[in-house]
Amino acid sequence: MTIPTLFRRPLAALATLGASLMLMLPAQAEVVFQDITSPAGIKAWLVEDYAVPIVTIRFAFEGGTAQDPMGKEGLTALMTMLFDEGAGALDSDAFQIALDDAGAEMGFGASADATYGSMRMLADQRDQAVPLLKQAIDNPRFDSNPIDRMRNQLITSITAAAQDPGTEAQLQWGKALYGDHPYARRSQGTIESLNTITADDLRARHQAIFARARLTVGIVGAISADDAKAMLDTLFADLPAEPSLTPVPDVVPNLGQDLRVDYPLPQASIFMAYPSVPLGDPDYFATMLMTQILGGKSFQSRLTSEVRVKRGLTYSISASMVGFDHSNSLLISTATSADRAPETLKVIQDVVAELAANGPTPEELADAKRYQIGSYPISELSSSSAIANTLVGLQMKDLGIDYITRRSDLIEAVTIDDVKAVAQKLLTVKPTIMQMGPAQGQ
Amino acid sequence: MNKNFARIVGLALALSLPTLAYAETASVAPATETATAESAISHFFLDNGMEVVVIPDHRAPIVTHMVWYKVGGADEAPGKSGIAHFFEHLMFKGTERHPDGELDRVVASLGGSLNATTTSDFTAYYETVPPDALATMMDFEADRMRGLVLTDELVASERQVVLEERNLRIDGNPQAVLGEETAATLFQNHPYRIPVLGWRHEMEQLNRTDALAFYQQYYAPNNAVLVVAGDVDADTVRTLAEASYGKLERGPDLPPRVRPAEPQQNTMRTITLRDPRVSVPSFSRSWVVPSYLSAAPGEAEALDLLAEILGGGNRSRLYQDVVVKTGVAADAGAAYTGATMDPNAFSLYGAPQGDHDLSEVEAAVDAELARLIRDGVTVRELDSAKARFVRSMVFAQDAQSTMANIYGAKLVNGGTIEDITQWPDRIRAVTPEQVQAVAAKYLDPSIAVTSYLLPPANGAQ
Repeated sequence: MTIPTLFRRPLAALATLGASLMLMLPAQAEVVFQDITSPAGIKAWLVEDYAVPIVTIRFAFEGGTAQDPMGKEGLTALMTMLFDEGAGALDSDAFQIALDDAGAEMGFGASADATYGSMRMLADQRDQAVPLLKQAIDNPRFDSNPIDRMRNQLITSITAAAQDPGTEAQLQWGKALYGDHPYARRSQGTIESLNTITADDLRARHQAIFARARLTVGIVGAISADDAKAMLDTLFADLPAEPSLTPVPDVVPNLGQDLRVDYPLPQASIFMAYPSVPLGDPDYFATMLMTQILGGKSFQSRLTSEVRVKRGLTYSISASMVGFDHSNSLLISTATSADRAPETLKVIQDVVAELAANGPTPEELADAKRYQIGSYPISELSSSSAIANTLVGLQMKDLGIDYITRRSDLIEAVTIDDVKAVAQKLLTVKPTIMQMGPAQGQ
Repeated sequence: MNKNFARIVGLALALSLPTLAYAETASVAPATETATAESAISHFFLDNGMEVVVIPDHRAPIVTHMVWYKVGGADEAPGKSGIAHFFEHLMFKGTERHPDGELDRVVASLGGSLNATTTSDFTAYYETVPPDALATMMDFEADRMRGLVLTDELVASERQVVLEERNLRIDGNPQAVLGEETAATLFQNHPYRIPVLGWRHEMEQLNRTDALAFYQQYYAPNNAVLVVAGDVDADTVRTLAEASYGKLERGPDLPPRVRPAEPQQNTMRTITLRDPRVSVPSFSRSWVVPSYLSAAPGEAEALDLLAEILGGGNRSRLYQDVVVKTGVAADAGAAYTGATMDPNAFSLYGAPQGDHDLSEVEAAVDAELARLIRDGVTVRELDSAKARFVRSMVFAQDAQSTMANIYGAKLVNGGTIEDITQWPDRIRAVTPEQVQAVAAKYLDPSIAVTSYLLPPANGAQ
């Protein structure tokens, strides 16, 4: 089945600006998503594009660092560092030389909720590159020398950050918001937990996560649908059908706390966590627009306007929705001269209270809608890697191949009363606030 | 938020970020063998002297519009450090036709993004928008090239913002403080010794008069390069550019950008920063070497390949021998800042693993350099490094913003389109003997600058 999704924009309504310069431009480019299924039943989304002779594949397995067993924190992170350190018949050295000779770049990584892999290859060396990726996916070796080297690199980076106040702040923040939930743990683990990890642990983790049922794949570039289907079977058909995932409970962040990390820094950093809502919630798009108005990437956002532009208190302030699979929050963060921290905090609280009490103006809401609708194709289609990310992200959230069109409609449907209601609901909650900087009174 | 993010290209000495620069190793050119007539790059000048490059890319309905000015931190008057970057911030403060905030609001309403960058050598402004907004973007950029309006109040408030930016990027980060002072030690005369953000005491004094003088001197069409990459064609860009930028009057001709050159360096220098936040020590060793634009033919290409072979990634000698085989180091590598106008840094760096001492890492890194100078490089490792460079130019075509940056950064510094398109051939032509020769010629231990980032003398708190 193929459902083309077109990213075409109507001519922007900018007649008043530079109208005399407006010319008829040639037809605009378009990006078409195809939904493909391989003979063995592996599904993927594909964007065929022959302008540049490269092929990019990205894939994700459900299950990330939050799956690490208690006492084995860092297991998934360590695993993702070992896929180019030997697979199948090739040891670390032989594998890396073969990959280099194949002209391909391979990467693996993990978030709290998923494990990712990708490869970017030259189209004319695809037959050399794909078998190496297959070996990495199916038969990583987990030899002891690379395990020890990567473990030591993680331990060195943990040691190196140990005296940095930012490390303490991060730990306190996770603990305060998430308590005993896995989201509070450090994804790279601890020196103690890393030292307990064995090759068998890594093999078991690989076995548990790398399976066909919770796999999503995006392919972009100079490759036909038939060749892409064959590639899917080469890479994934030999994996077990079902993963063996540990259920991760939902967690509501603990708000209303006041935290401090005292350290004689030139600036004080301020972090504030408010409640938020997950994708799929009826209030999701109203919350997204509210967050944009409060602290989006524009000088017009209320926080940037009041804190940076009008008062020169900071270089950067933002509000953003932090979405995990099992927890959501709205985060405000900034940094300011230590002696101006109380003033900055007061300004932020006033801005938040004003939005909660009165909601946005109609102009602000219209601007935020235009930004959210317009920026999606621009940021999601800027390169093959960006497109492949989008293809995987949309599938992981089960949003459907027509999502981008539906998303615009859902955003347009949000009313000023909707935004006012979510602002009233979310921004009147007492946030958890953390300040990192010189002790008060210093 | 990255508003007015200063990409500081002056030096690449940070220990864990060996290349903050537009490293030449990432540099690419269009793959001529795959280029079609449609994707051909156009290059021309407007009547008022403004240089224009168009890089068509019709894969997605996006266009990247950039204006690059031939002025950066290294062109500032003595005592006015930071003015180029500070002025970049002020360029967002509005004109008579388009008041403060309007550009930002229009770009946001299109779903686009905008930002600016200041380095030692250039200042660049860009917007990424749908193609039908290109004319509007040109109207804004042309307008603010000559029509900026500044008040004392706006200037004072924005000065606080750049001071906070300095706090954020430099003063709160021991590694950044050391990097800044390493540059000030490595360069004894050239202005790459001065931070692009500025020295704090000079930043605090910058005012509206300084800003307007700087603006009058440097912001004119004949001192700028327009780069448009994306879903557009050259004829449309030419028509739109003539109708906007083309209306501006040519400014006075500026003298050639000749900065004070480095004297002969004669001494080994060492600088040390101890900080309680540091618990794993590290070091870097740096030299001033020619850049692509200042080197004798072939030398910059050889230096680039030398950095790749010696310490460019997980196949490099430093990584394989000092990290993998002996396990002495947790990290070790090399970096070459070759993309700048004038000679810049070549650096080696490393940090120990586990119980190993920093002095063991230093000795191992020095031994690798000595071995390379004595025995040279193999054909096999040189061919692999060349293949990585040549394919990087194919991969770079995947992002229109990458292509726009490559062409803009080369032309604004006085380079040519051929410098980019012929780069793969010049890389292929480098011999093992040339790589060995530049290592021997430039990486003389007796004139190196060594920087140490160390824990407190009495151990960590």
